[in-house]
Amino acid sequence: MLAKKQKNKKSSLFFINKEREPLFSKKNRALLSDPLDDNNPITVQVLGICSALAITVQLKPAVVMTISVMAVMGASNVIVSLLRDLIPNRIRIIVQLVVVASLVALVDQILKAFAYDVYKQLSIFIGLIVTNCIVMGRLEAFALGNGVWKSFLDGVGNAAGYGFILILVAFFRELLGSGKLYGYKVIPEFIYDLGYQDNGLMLLSPMALVTVGIFIWIQRARNRKLIEKN
Amino acid sequence: MNRDSNLYTFIFASIMVIAVASSLALTHSSLKEKQKDNVRNEKMQNILATIGIYTSRESAEEIYTKHITEELSLKIDGTNDQSVSTFNISLNKELKKPDSEQRYPLYVASVDKDKFYIVPLRGAGLWDAIWGYIALENDFKTIKGVVFDHKSETAGLGAEITQDWFQDSFKGEKILDKKNNLVGIDVSKTNNDPKGLDKEDNQVDYISGATITGDGVSDMISERLEKYTSYFDKMKKI
Repeated sequence: MLAKKQKNKKSSLFFINKEREPLFSKKNRALLSDPLDDNNPITVQVLGICSALAITVQLKPAVVMTISVMAVMGASNVIVSLLRDLIPNRIRIIVQLVVVASLVALVDQILKAFAYDVYKQLSIFIGLIVTNCIVMGRLEAFALGNGVWKSFLDGVGNAAGYGFILILVAFFRELLGSGKLYGYKVIPEFIYDLGYQDNGLMLLSPMALVTVGIFIWIQRARNRKLIEKN
Repeated sequence: MNRDSNLYTFIFASIMVIAVASSLALTHSSLKEKQKDNVRNEKMQNILATIGIYTSRESAEEIYTKHITEELSLKIDGTNDQSVSTFNISLNKELKKPDSEQRYPLYVASVDKDKFYIVPLRGAGLWDAIWGYIALENDFKTIKGVVFDHKSETAGLGAEITQDWFQDSFKGEKILDKKNNLVGIDVSKTNNDPKGLDKEDNQVDYISGATITGDGVSDMISERLEKYTSYFDKMKKI
C-alpha cells in the first residue's frame, strides 16, 4: 500500500515519465499530430461544433480563438494531470470544471487590465471556451490518466486540430461571404464590375455546417480507415 | 487517506473552493484600478472619436480636457442639473428610471471655432446591449460623427457596427426631416442610395444579415435624441 502510494506520488511530481522516453518520442509526437487528422476533434470526434459555427464568419476571431483555446487546454491539462492522484473520483467533473472556469476567469481579468484592446475583441469568446466540450473531453479522457508532459502535448494537439478546422472554415466563409481575408479586401473591384457578388449565405451558420461536412467528406475520401464498417 | 471517502471528498472540495475563490478575488481587487482606468480612458477616446479626434488611450485624458469644454447633466426640460457628475452617469441605470427623473448627459466640444454637441446612446441589439456616441454640429441637425460599440453582437454581422465603413456612412446625414421634425437615422434595408450620396434622406445603408442590430441602432438614436429636443430648441433660439 505504502509502496504504491509513493510510486503514484513520484509520477505526479516529475514532468517526465519514469521510463525516461525522449521529450518528442514517436508516441509523444503522435499526441500532437493525431488530432490534426486521424483523430480530429471536429471532423472525427464531432466535438466543439457549436463554437465552430459561431466564430468562423471571419478569419480574425477564428485565429484568436484558436490561440486562446490552445493556452487554456494546455494549462488545464497540466493542472488536472498534476492533481490526478489527489482528485476524488466522485467529484472529478466538478474539479475539472472549476479548473477550466477559473483559468478562463483569470485570463479574462489579466487581459482586461494589461491588454485592453485584445480583451475587447476576445471577451465574448473567452466565455465560450468554458463551454467547449473538447476542453472537458480531453481532461476526462486523457489528463486524468496520463503524465504531465503527455497531457500538455495532448491538450495543445487537440486545440490545434480544432483550430485548424476553424481557420480553414473561416477562410472560405470570409472569402466567399464578404470577399475579404483577415478584414482586408482581396477580391479586386473589377471582378465585382463583371457581375460577381459575395454570397451572403456563407455568412450564416448553416453554411458553416455544410463547409465542415465537405471537409469531413474530403478527409474520409482520402483517409479510408475513418469510414465506418457497416 | 482513502480517496473515495466522504471526508476526503469534503476536505478536497473545501480547499479547492477556498484556494480558487481567494486567488480570483485577489487578482480582481489588485487589477481593479487598472481596469477602471482603461474603461474611463476608452470612454474619453470614444467621445473624442465622434468629432474626428483619434488619440491613444494614454493621452486620452489630456486631449479630452483640452477639447471638451462643458459637461452637462440635463433634465427633461433642458435645464442643467449641476449636482450630478456628467461623466459618471451610467446610461444603463438611467434608462430604467422614468423620463422626468433621468439626467441626460451632454458633452460640448470645441475644436478651433466650431462647437459640437455629443450625446451618449444606449439601446438593444440582437443579443445584448449596444451603445455609442453621436456628435451633432452647431445647427443641431447635421451629424458630425458617430461611434458604436456592442456587448455581444454576432461577429461579421451585427458586430460590424463598430467598423469605420458603417460609422462613416452617418457623417453628414441629418437627424431632422425637411419639415424639421426629429426622425433620427433609419438604418434601412430598402435604401435606394447605397453609396450614401444623399445626405438629406435620413437613411444609411444597413448591414446584410444584421437587420435587428441595425434596427436597434435606429431606435437608440431617435429614442435618445428625442430627450434633448427641449435643450436643442432652447439653444437654437440663442
